[in-house]
Amino acid sequence: MRYLPHTDVDIRQMLETIGVENIDELFSGIPESCRLQSPLNLPSALSESEAMGVLRGLADQNAKVSEWDSFLGGGAYNHFVPAVVDHLVSRSEFYTAYTPYQPEISQGTLQAIFEFQTMICQLTGMDVANASMYDGASACAEAALLALRVGRKRNKVLLSEALHPHYRETVATYCCYLDVELIDVPIADGVTDQKQLADLLDEQVAAVAVGYPNYFGQIEDLQALADATHAAGAKLITAVAEPLALGLFKAPGDLGADVVVGEGQSFGIPISFGGPGIGFFAVKQKDMRALPGRLVGETVDLDGKRGFVLTLATREQHIRREKATSNICSNQGMCTLIVGIFLALHGKQGLRKLAELNYSKTAYAKQQIAALDGFELAFSGESFNEFVVSCKEPVADLQRRLEQEGILPGIALAKDYPGIDNGLLICVTEQNSREQIDRLVTALAGGDL
Amino acid sequence: MSRTDSRGLVLDEKLLFESTDPGRVGYSLPQCDVPEVAPAAELTRDEITDFPELSEVDVVRHYTRLSTWNYGVDSGFYPLGSCTMKYNPKVNEQAARLPGFAELHPQTPDHLSQGALELMYVLQQDLAEVSGFPAVTLQPAAGAQGEFAGMLMIRAWHEAQGNKRHKVIIPDTAHGTNPATAALCGYEVVPVASDGVLSKEALEAVMDDDVAALMVTNPNTLGLFESDIREICDLVHEGGGLVYCDGANLNALMGISRPGDIGIDVMHFNLHKTFSTPHGGGGPGAGPVGVVEKLRPFMPVPIVSKEGDKFVLDYDLKQTVGRVKGFAGHFSILVRAYCYILAMGGEGLKRATEMAVLNANYIRARLEGPYDLPYKQRSLHEVVFSETALANDCHTLDVAKRLIDYGYHPPTIYFPLVVKGALMIEPTETESKQNLDEFCDALLDIAQEAKTQPELLKQAPVRAKVKRLDEATAARKPKLRWVKE
Amino acid sequence: MDFPDELKYTEEHEWVLIENDVVTVGITDFAQDQLGDVVFVELPETGDQLETGKPLGVVESVKAVSDVYAPLSGEVVEVNNDLPDEPEMLNTSPYEDGWMVKIKLADVGELEGLMDASGYQEFIEQD
Repeated sequence: MRYLPHTDVDIRQMLETIGVENIDELFSGIPESCRLQSPLNLPSALSESEAMGVLRGLADQNAKVSEWDSFLGGGAYNHFVPAVVDHLVSRSEFYTAYTPYQPEISQGTLQAIFEFQTMICQLTGMDVANASMYDGASACAEAALLALRVGRKRNKVLLSEALHPHYRETVATYCCYLDVELIDVPIADGVTDQKQLADLLDEQVAAVAVGYPNYFGQIEDLQALADATHAAGAKLITAVAEPLALGLFKAPGDLGADVVVGEGQSFGIPISFGGPGIGFFAVKQKDMRALPGRLVGETVDLDGKRGFVLTLATREQHIRREKATSNICSNQGMCTLIVGIFLALHGKQGLRKLAELNYSKTAYAKQQIAALDGFELAFSGESFNEFVVSCKEPVADLQRRLEQEGILPGIALAKDYPGIDNGLLICVTEQNSREQIDRLVTALAGGDL
Repeated sequence: MSRTDSRGLVLDEKLLFESTDPGRVGYSLPQCDVPEVAPAAELTRDEITDFPELSEVDVVRHYTRLSTWNYGVDSGFYPLGSCTMKYNPKVNEQAARLPGFAELHPQTPDHLSQGALELMYVLQQDLAEVSGFPAVTLQPAAGAQGEFAGMLMIRAWHEAQGNKRHKVIIPDTAHGTNPATAALCGYEVVPVASDGVLSKEALEAVMDDDVAALMVTNPNTLGLFESDIREICDLVHEGGGLVYCDGANLNALMGISRPGDIGIDVMHFNLHKTFSTPHGGGGPGAGPVGVVEKLRPFMPVPIVSKEGDKFVLDYDLKQTVGRVKGFAGHFSILVRAYCYILAMGGEGLKRATEMAVLNANYIRARLEGPYDLPYKQRSLHEVVFSETALANDCHTLDVAKRLIDYGYHPPTIYFPLVVKGALMIEPTETESKQNLDEFCDALLDIAQEAKTQPELLKQAPVRAKVKRLDEATAARKPKLRWVKE
Repeated sequence: MDFPDELKYTEEHEWVLIENDVVTVGITDFAQDQLGDVVFVELPETGDQLETGKPLGVVESVKAVSDVYAPLSGEVVEVNNDLPDEPEMLNTSPYEDGWMVKIKLADVGELEGLMDASGYQEFIEQD
C-alpha cells in the first residue's frame, strides 16, 4: 500500500521491541465481544489511476457552471478565481499543518490569520474579527448566541424573513433547546418591514438579524434598522451572504451593526456543491471577550521580535468546557488563507472594480428582463448581484424549458416564499457575459436562441 | 537525531499592509460589456482605508515566504495526539479540484448533480460499514458540529418519547468540545472520574433516570479501549439513556471493532483525522454522524437518498433536528475522503489501523522508562507519557519546545488533564520505523539533556523563526488586528 | 512564598484584611503562583450583594480560568479599578496593589471561620 511504509522486516523488528508475537496481540485490550468478526464489506483497493477514473466518471455527470449559463446564486456565488489562489493554497506547509498550537513553527498560518482578521475588520467596519467559523449560516447562529449571552436576561431573537432561509433554519437549530423565542419579521417590498419590526421590538429582544444584501439581493436600510434595534436595547446582527457587496456598499459597522457575520465563499473559494465555505465573524471592541472561536494576536518573542499567537483562549471549549462561548474547535484554516490571498490580490482598487462590474451586469439583466412581457421585478429598491422576478409562467416549467437550452435560470422561491408570486431568484456575476445575459433574456421570452 | 541544520535562509516578511504601495494592483478583470452604472452615492462606501495594494508578484512572494515558517505533515513527523496527522494523499487534492465537483453549484437540480449525489450516497454507506451504524448524515462541518448534531438528535429523541431529561455524563478524560456541546444542547454536565478506563461502578454511582446520555471517547484520550464499553452501554440503556461516542480516535478501530455493533447509539467521524483529508492549518474538516435506526428520523437535513435509480437530496425526515449549516456539507472534503476509501479498500483501512497501533506501541516501548508512563494498559493508536521522570525541573513544555530544535512538531501537550504534564503522542500509520526511530532517539537525547544541560530545554526553541512568544502580554493587551501607527 | 500574619485566609486561597466591619479581599501568593501569569480579571460592581461561597469574580491566566469566591457575605463598597487594566499586579503584588474588592460585612460572626497565616500554610502543605 503506497501510503503505508512498513516492510515485513520492520514489522517483525517492531513487534520484537514491543514484546509481542503478532499484530493481533496489540489489540488484546479489546474484548472479544467487541471485535468485528468479518472483514469490512468494502471494495478492494484501487490504484491511483483507477480511483481517479471512478471519480472523473462521477464528476462528469454534474452540470458545471463553466459549461452552463448559470444564474444560480442564493448563498453560493460563481466568481472567477485567479490562478495565484490555488497555487498558493496548494503549498503543503499550509494545508498539511493543523491549528497553530505551537506558534514558533506556525508563524505562517498565524500571520495569515492576523491579516485575515484585519481585512475582515476593514471590510465590515468593525473592530475585532475572529479566525473564522464554519460558514455564514452557523456564524449567524453563533451571532445570535453571542447576543443572548451578552444580553443576559433577554431571550428573544428577531429574524428578518429576508434573511437567507438556511441561516434562519440554522439559527433555529442552534437555539432550539436554549429557551429562546425566535420571531420572524415580515418583509415589505423585499426588505425587512420597519413598521412591523418596531412593533415586535421590546425589552426581551436580544438581537435582530438581517441580511445585507438580503436573500433577494436587496440592500437593507441598515441605519434605520440599527436605530430602531438600539432604541430597544438590542443588538443588530448583519449577515452578509455575498461579501463582494462590501466592496461597493457602505460597511455595516459604519451603519450601526453590532455583530457582522457572513459567508466568504465569494472571495476565491470554489463553489464545490456548497462547501466548504467560510464564516466570518466581527464585533465591536466591547464584545471582544464574548467572541466564539479562535483569535490570533500580536506579541513579541524573547528577543523582542514580532510574532503571533492564538490568544484569549480562556473563552474556548478546551479550557472553559461547558462554560465556553461556543463548542467550536477548529476554524476554516485553508479557506481563511484563500480569502486572504484573494483580497490581497484584488486590493483596494480591485475589489471595488469587481463589485462595480457585478453591479453593472446585474443592472443590465434586471433592466432587460423587466422589459419582457410576463416578467416583472418583484421589488423596487437597490440590489446587488441578485434580484427576484415574478413570472407568469410557472417557475418549474420555465426552469425545465431553459435547461433544454443549457441555461440554469435561477432559484425557485415557491418553497421558501410562497407569498411571492411565482418568484425566481436570478444571480448575475462578472462570470456572466453580456451574450449569456442576452441568451437568458431571449430564452425567458420564449424566443429562439 | 536532529533534522535541523544551522545553515539555510529564513526570509522576513512584513504584513500585507506594511508592504502596500498605493496604486499597485494584482488583479485583472474582464472589460465591462454592459453599460456601466452605479448605485446611489449615499449607499456606497468610501475607499477601504489601509486595504492592501500589491502586485501579483508581491502577493505570491508574501504567502510563499509565510509558508516557509510553517511545519506541516509534508515537512516531517507531526505526532500531535488526538489529531491523527496522517499523510494527506495528493490525489485527494486533485480529485476535489475536478471541475465537475469544484464548479458544481449547490442549487443545481438533483438530476444535473447525480455524480455528486451518488458520491455522497456511497460515502454514507461506506462510513456506515466502517462504523456499524445503519444511517449516516454528512452535513456537519467538523467534529464539534457533528457532536452538536448528535447530541441534538439524542435530545430530540428523548423529547419525542415525552421524556425530558436534563443531564449528560462525561468522563474527565473527554475533549473540551464534549461538555461545551452538551451545554449548547441545554444539558447539565455531570463529570465522572475514570482510572484509565471508565468503570461500570463509577458510572452506576452517577447514573439515574434524569440522565439523557453518556458521552464517551473510544478509544479514550489515553489511547485505551474502554474495555467495559458493552456493559457500560447496557447500563445506560437500562436507565433509559443513550450513548454518544466521540469518534476522534476511530483510526484505532477500522476493521477491528465497530462502535455501532457494541451499543453506541451515535458517533461522529472526523474525516480530517481518520480519512486523510488535510487539516488545512485548522480546517475545514468534516464531521459526519452515524446513528442507530431509531435515531434516523431525527437526522439533520438534507441527507442523500436513492429513489429508484436516482439520487436525491432528501429533506423529508419528519422529526429532523433541522440543519446545522448551509447546504449539504463540506462537499470537497467528502470527495477527498471518498478518494481515500477508494485507494485503501476495506483491507487497506484495516491495515492502516494495525500499522497505526503498531507505531504507537513501538514508540511506547522505546520511550518507557526515560519517560513516565502513568497508565500501563495496552495502548492503541496513541500513547500518553507524564513529565514526572524529567530531571532538573524540566517540564513537558520544555521537551516540546526542544523537539522543535530537533526538527519535529511536538506532540499534544497538557492533555488529557488527568495526566500531569501529559505528552500525548499519536504517530499514525504513515510513518516508517526509520522515522519513528529518529524521533525516539531525539526524545531520548532530550531526556538526557534535561539531566546534563537543562538550559537547552528551557531556552528552546532557538532554531525556529521566532523564540518563545510572550503569550501573557498577548492576552493582557490584545492586539487582534493591524492598525496604522 | 509570603503569608502576612495580619491577614486571614480561606480554603479557596483568598486573603482577608479586617478593618472593623469592612474587609479587603484578594488572592494569596500561593494562588497567583499556581495560576501563572494573570492576564484578565473580572470584578463585581460597587453595590453588589455577595454571598459566602458564591463567585465574586473571575481570574484568568493564559490557559486557565478560576472563579474567585466570596469569602464572606456582604455588600461591595469598593473595587480595585486599576486591576482590570493591570492584571499582572495579582502576580507582582498580591497583597497590596492586587487587592480585589472591599466588602461591608453582613455578619461579623462569619469571620470566625477563617484561618490565620500558620493555619493556611499548614492547609496548603497538606493539599
